[in-house]
Amino acid sequence: MTSFGRTGNGGHEGLPRLLAGLEPGGAPMTMAAHTRIHGPLPSVFPQQLIEEVEQSGLRGRGGADFPTARKLRAVAGRRRVGPVIVNGSETEPASAKDRLLLARLPHLVLDGAVLAAGAVGASEVIVKIGSDTPEVVRALESATAVREHERIGIQVVSGPDGYVAGEESAVVHYLNGGGPLPTFVPPRPFERGYRGRPTLIQNPETLAQLALVARFGSAWYRELGTVADPGSALVTITGAVAAPGVYELAFGTPMRDLLDAAGGPSEPLQALLVGGYFGTWMDASAAVGLRLAREDLRSVGCSLGSGVLIALGESACGLHESAGVIAYLAEQSAGQCGPCVFGLRAIADSVGALASGVAGPRERDRVLRWASEIRGRGACHHPDGAVRFVESSLRVFGHEIEGHMRGSCRARPAGLPLGDGAARVRGGRLSDRRKSGDASRTVTA
Amino acid sequence: MSATLRVNPITCEAHGLCAELLPELIRLDDWGYPILDESEVPPDLVGLARRAVDVCPTLALLLDEN
Repeated sequence: MTSFGRTGNGGHEGLPRLLAGLEPGGAPMTMAAHTRIHGPLPSVFPQQLIEEVEQSGLRGRGGADFPTARKLRAVAGRRRVGPVIVNGSETEPASAKDRLLLARLPHLVLDGAVLAAGAVGASEVIVKIGSDTPEVVRALESATAVREHERIGIQVVSGPDGYVAGEESAVVHYLNGGGPLPTFVPPRPFERGYRGRPTLIQNPETLAQLALVARFGSAWYRELGTVADPGSALVTITGAVAAPGVYELAFGTPMRDLLDAAGGPSEPLQALLVGGYFGTWMDASAAVGLRLAREDLRSVGCSLGSGVLIALGESACGLHESAGVIAYLAEQSAGQCGPCVFGLRAIADSVGALASGVAGPRERDRVLRWASEIRGRGACHHPDGAVRFVESSLRVFGHEIEGHMRGSCRARPAGLPLGDGAARVRGGRLSDRRKSGDASRTVTA
Repeated sequence: MSATLRVNPITCEAHGLCAELLPELIRLDDWGYPILDESEVPPDLVGLARRAVDVCPTLALLLDEN
């Protein structure tokens, strides 16, 4: 039985942890290399693992930031537990960390999934991924082949792309034979999920972190980070930085150091988008003195979400970029709920008008009213995220609206990455149950 | 005894009957979809709330009574 590092052959000192041994541009890490770098898969009593995860303070890395031990406990007590689902959908366009883990460090994620399965009483693991990711499929197929002897079976399932397809209930719905669309909750997956059974669904990075906590313990995990935000995190840093990519950093790291890790700004920055398109903008000047920590980010209305950080340079136009993002978010609605379908479309049109300089403060006020009315009225949190993004866009770039009306804009389009997923979905519909978009239904205030 | 109203936004098709019956608790947005400013139903409105639930053509309005 693991004694969590007390024997002194403890875990990695400092960084990297998850990314230890990762060769740049290399092939998937073999089981042999994985075992050499991290040690063998430990044998842990379920209760002991859950307690250690609880002590570590590990929280989910898919965006919701939910305490992992609480999720484990919610499923562990139940009968007829379904498979552990590794949610490798990663539909946030600018995010690349989960793809990196699955394609290059599959054994770390699978260790975590298998350990979690043992902890909650599941006998299977399903790794759900998006479409068109051949390197991920190949890596997972070889990794599962090498693990065939294990008690817990591992299956890989790929599904359609689309922004909301990665939402927990959408993944479960898809695996249950439905569309990749969110469902009305409750019940949540931990109560009724895969084939109606209690189901644990976790982000790949969360499971990778769990795989190391299971080996080295909670005290080791807490050697990095802060008391409130322990451990390390994978952050996809992109936009106006010299070396965009996925970086592993300790919580509590100053924002300045995050940008420097990615080669530093490629031009003076005006703003940062924290948390991807489900996140919010902050003024670049506000980043000075802030750390990668929940409290710091919250003080400027942000949260790390799925770990995406996009830097916006001075030469770009924040209004135009925001209009592009909100148009994408509106188009990515699952199409199931009126307030989301009609509300986000109206907001997108209005923000587009503001960015084009053909609308002014009254239009902005209308957007803010719609935003406050739409919040919380969808089956999932897609409209909530979109509305929060829009509000932050107006907060950070709103002062440019009047300039745009006068025809002045600093835009050189920065082209925030909409990713391959967006291009793929553009042509098709997510569902034929989309509510009809009859624009004449709008009642103007 | 408390009663809470909820809307299933997936099944709701904006028929608007709920807002007709229960304007004290339900108003419609710019596209005809219900907004529940307050989900707690006062005791004197529970009867009307039950009627609103029954009359919804898509069974989208839900009343949780404890």
